[in-house]
Amino acid sequence: MQNLKQMSSQNKVGLAGGHRACAGCGFPQIIKMIYGQSPAPVVTTCATGCMEIATTIYPFTAWRGNFIHSAFENSAATISGIETAYQALKKQGRLPAEQEMNFVAIGGDGGTYDIGLQALSGAMERRHNILYICYNNEAYMNTGVQRSSATPQGGHTTTSPAGKVIPGKIQFPKDLTAIIAAHDVVYAGQASVGFHIDLMRKADQIFGKVGPKFLNVYTPCRLGWGSDPAQTMEIARLAVETCLWPIYEVVEGRWKLTRKIKEKKPITDFYKTQNRFRHLLKPENETLVKQIQEEVDRRWHDLLQRCGEGA
Amino acid sequence: MEKAIETMSSSGTTGKAEQKKEFQARTGNEAMAEAMRQINPDVCAAYPITPATEIVQIFANFVNDGLVKTEFITVESEHSAMSACIGSASSGARTMTATSSQGLALMYEMLYIAAGYRLPIVLAEVNRALSSPINIHCDHSDTMGGRDSGWIQLFSENAQEAYDNLIQAVRIAEHPDVLLPAWASTDGFIISHGMENIEIYPDEAVRQFIGEYKPAFTLLDNRKPFTLGAADLQDFYFEHRRAAYEGMRAAKKVILEIGREFGNKFGTTYGFFEGVHLEDAEVVMVALGSTAGTARVAIENLRERGIKAGLLKLRVFRPFPAEELVKALAHVPAIAVMDRSDSFNAQAGPLATEIKSALYDAGQHPKLINYIYGLGGRDIHFKELEQILEQTLQAGEPKDLNSRVVYWGVRE
Repeated sequence: MQNLKQMSSQNKVGLAGGHRACAGCGFPQIIKMIYGQSPAPVVTTCATGCMEIATTIYPFTAWRGNFIHSAFENSAATISGIETAYQALKKQGRLPAEQEMNFVAIGGDGGTYDIGLQALSGAMERRHNILYICYNNEAYMNTGVQRSSATPQGGHTTTSPAGKVIPGKIQFPKDLTAIIAAHDVVYAGQASVGFHIDLMRKADQIFGKVGPKFLNVYTPCRLGWGSDPAQTMEIARLAVETCLWPIYEVVEGRWKLTRKIKEKKPITDFYKTQNRFRHLLKPENETLVKQIQEEVDRRWHDLLQRCGEGA
Repeated sequence: MEKAIETMSSSGTTGKAEQKKEFQARTGNEAMAEAMRQINPDVCAAYPITPATEIVQIFANFVNDGLVKTEFITVESEHSAMSACIGSASSGARTMTATSSQGLALMYEMLYIAAGYRLPIVLAEVNRALSSPINIHCDHSDTMGGRDSGWIQLFSENAQEAYDNLIQAVRIAEHPDVLLPAWASTDGFIISHGMENIEIYPDEAVRQFIGEYKPAFTLLDNRKPFTLGAADLQDFYFEHRRAAYEGMRAAKKVILEIGREFGNKFGTTYGFFEGVHLEDAEVVMVALGSTAGTARVAIENLRERGIKAGLLKLRVFRPFPAEELVKALAHVPAIAVMDRSDSFNAQAGPLATEIKSALYDAGQHPKLINYIYGLGGRDIHFKELEQILEQTLQAGEPKDLNSRVVYWGVRE
């Protein structure tokens, strides 16, 4: 694994400075940590969203390697075409024999959990040699904070507002990582931008594997969450420590917790750091919070079982 | 007239016609699959849809039997098919796909993107009605739905033309002055599943004609990384769209050059359109696709009865050969424009709308009646085409929508 010092000395991958991501946004860190581990140049496809907009306003680009964005729902399908072209041209001897490349598709949670799910499932099932990264900030942030199927229960967004009758999003988020793991991929995992060593170690492992790989990386969005940009990393860690976002990996079918939580913090500790949960801390929503905590506990228990950590 | 004739298709104009030819019985789908085998693209990404399914089904056999070098991506939707094609073509691979109807409609978003990125993807399209109601048979609603997407569009009268057009589409799309995606279409079931005797050219001759693909750019070159698909705002978007327009304009010259080169090599010279008895025609039918074949019979029958009827079969719909077409029709007093789809603009079908626009610019005002016919695969008989031509000839100058646009053969 390349450590931070090594990564900063070989400043040739991922994003250049000067992109337009907000202060406190996690995705530039995600790219830095992951791309720093790739031993070969990376070709990137990115779904329409904050990352694509903030890094590529013509005639500028922050991408040091080859990059393509085409639409919202098709990052995985586009990378399928690129990776296949690479295989075809390599086979015909039209690319230098020694040339190695990694193929990475990126999407936000909207572009991955929702509109891009079909393309993602297809690419994983066809077993392309790709890595798909979901940078998950739990809502459609680029269009102005709308609910996605990754939005947490009770979370306020502009389409699941904390109203007088309905207190935010009604449903618990979809377990996408498990869905992708069910495709029998060579690697599926969850990470958090707040635990960067864990994230880098996962990336290092991923780039050593041939076949379909998926990494779901949790990252706060200070605008969408109503959080302090200076607290991004703390909040990203708190999500893990409350077990709202357990970090683990499924490597060739084997589930493994990569951060054990000995003393689980209450979810309200996480809620307190963000405006999107402010309404949940009011007395009238006590029952709802209790239900969500029970569901978090139940899922955590199930995950421990799957990881052979059974209590 | 001389210039107009240059823009027309003609057959048997070269010595090639004397060489040994190989004829085979093929359906339109088989002919297109055969063209794909000979084109031998690097990558094909496709999804099944009636009536185009067979094309990729046959092609999958070519792949699995090792007859082509192609990597075949069996995507999970047409949207992903075109997305994968975009990824592949951006990576310097010659890339093809095939689809029809709802499949083309599902690609719609990506059609524009393929054209905007100037990617010479080639698509074998089989014309089929769009839902709703669901219908698997021929009309041109699907292909007309993509007419403003920036793709080159070639129509085929029969399986031979489908085969010839698909081969030429590769050259047109990849031409450095054009760099736009292209599709060649057949009429669903009528051509796609109809067996015909067609000439298959030798593999080597097609390979030579197609030539080696030299991509303008590739995502697989690390030496000069670039970003494709950046957010393009008020300051540059307009210029990029304009550049695509220049490609489409340049395509007119390129299509004729390649059509001539094709004629020199294989015997049939292709232009924008083909004229039958246009010279002295008093009434002309303008038609696309298989109906042109039926119209040939109608024209001859009318000629036998002393009616000076003619046919203009349009091959190239995008770019639209407006100037050449109106020149070819300059002396014609009455025109029946056949539209196998409606644009629902409550004015005229897509072909008639284009032709009227071209006539206006040329200052020509013939009597023009638009016939919307054959939607959802409803058959059109040569006797009906005779009636249409006679009716067009005899009709007074159309004065209202009902006399300008006739839904032919519909039960009201």
